[in-house]
Amino acid sequence: MRVNGAVRSLEVEPRVSLLDALRDHLGLTGTKKGCNQGACGACTVLVDGERINSCLALAVQYAGREVVTIEGVAADGQAHPLQEAFIRNDGFQCGYCTSGQICSAIGMLAEHRAGVPSAVTEHLAADVELSAAEIRERMSGNLCRCGAYNGIVESIQDVASGDPGDHDVPETVR
Amino acid sequence: MRSFAYVSAPDVATAVRAIASEPRAKFIGGGTNLVDLMREDIEQPETVVDISGIALTGVEELPGGGLRIGALVRNSHLATHPLVRSRYPVLAQAILTGASAQLRNMATVGGNLLQRTRCPYFYDLAAACNKREPGSGCDALGGFTRNHAVLGASESCIATHPSDMCVALAALDAVVEVESVRGVRRIPLVGFHRLPGDSPHVETEIAADEMVTAVELPALPVAATSRYRKVRDRASFAFALVSVAAALEVRDGTVAAVRLALGGVAAKPWRAHEAERLLLGAAPTEESFRLAAAAELAPAVAQPHNTFKIELAQRSIVAVFRQLLAEGGAA
Repeated sequence: MRVNGAVRSLEVEPRVSLLDALRDHLGLTGTKKGCNQGACGACTVLVDGERINSCLALAVQYAGREVVTIEGVAADGQAHPLQEAFIRNDGFQCGYCTSGQICSAIGMLAEHRAGVPSAVTEHLAADVELSAAEIRERMSGNLCRCGAYNGIVESIQDVASGDPGDHDVPETVR
Repeated sequence: MRSFAYVSAPDVATAVRAIASEPRAKFIGGGTNLVDLMREDIEQPETVVDISGIALTGVEELPGGGLRIGALVRNSHLATHPLVRSRYPVLAQAILTGASAQLRNMATVGGNLLQRTRCPYFYDLAAACNKREPGSGCDALGGFTRNHAVLGASESCIATHPSDMCVALAALDAVVEVESVRGVRRIPLVGFHRLPGDSPHVETEIAADEMVTAVELPALPVAATSRYRKVRDRASFAFALVSVAAALEVRDGTVAAVRLALGGVAAKPWRAHEAERLLLGAAPTEESFRLAAAAELAPAVAQPHNTFKIELAQRSIVAVFRQLLAEGGAA
């Protein structure tokens, strides 16, 4: 498969999850194992641009696909805008869920751009404004045990609105 | 996880041949349920037949206005499809209330139909469970029963079916197409899942060697005014305590067409035939909705921790019909 833009060939048993293939066979440990049962979202990666739980994916089912992990979201040494926004808005404390949160948010913003509705979208036919309630619903597959949700939602709102978001950051930590 | 043999099937013919020759084989689509169950050692297939690469991923309009949905359409793609959103909004809403966005991107329509209960005693290998191990008993009875069934349960099993999508499909008169080396069969969705009786391990009408290939929805004008309401312990990413899929059309002051199904209350998506019978031709009043809901739930039997579900289901039904009426069910 292609991982973060490079072809990586590996041979694994059919029972090996995509998560374990990435972490243990390719050494890409940025993707985290939380619950290992699809409930926490720490293992979220992008496959052909769509976010999935890599813990419930058998690696063999993803041969030939395009996988992007947190190691692949920065471009030319420049952090992804969501990475910058998470730092700016305190979008994490311990950081364990963060790579999953950011990959999920990248997939979520693409879904929103494509007009995908959510469970809190009142009118299925209309364009949806990415309110805090929409972001919270769309990100409900990513848990944060530190409770950094406010910072996570603000970070995503910043990036969705194109706001550099530095207006409320004190000079001393800018 | 135990090791297993892996076969990738490029088409339906190869898939059903592979399963026919391997009695201990399972199909895998998105894997969101099966991989978890294999990791928990509840499912122990010796061979896994991967059908995720088969081109059953289309949503096609049928002559007459219905839809044919390929079994391998991802849940997220189905909920987003323009014809589903405009003609069968209850289906889009039901899917969007299920699981998380990541899981909906993986999970297939066929897998959603065949997903297994989330009863915690089914998942707990130390507990007795007639569904997991026939004849072993049911530790849910006398256990913690907040999430269990109130309709159609038995002394063998009180588990619920976990799907939201299937509740909408039950309301929409969906038909499931299955295929095996023996040929193609069509099974109405309302008859696809079984009540537990004394054999709760037999959950559906599909045979072990059959594969779901498509789900068809008939043209159903009433479905344009339809809604799904899900009541749960968290605002998002939780299974239903009670859910309601409903469609309503009022003409000349009476109910001209109505569809109603319930989730979270039984081992199968519960089509509310009795409530529909009472409502059809009746005046669309709060009183009619309440009486119909009460009649549907009249046979309900609660467990110690889920008595509330009987009242909750009735109030949810009334609330959805009230909303549909306000939204244009009275066209």
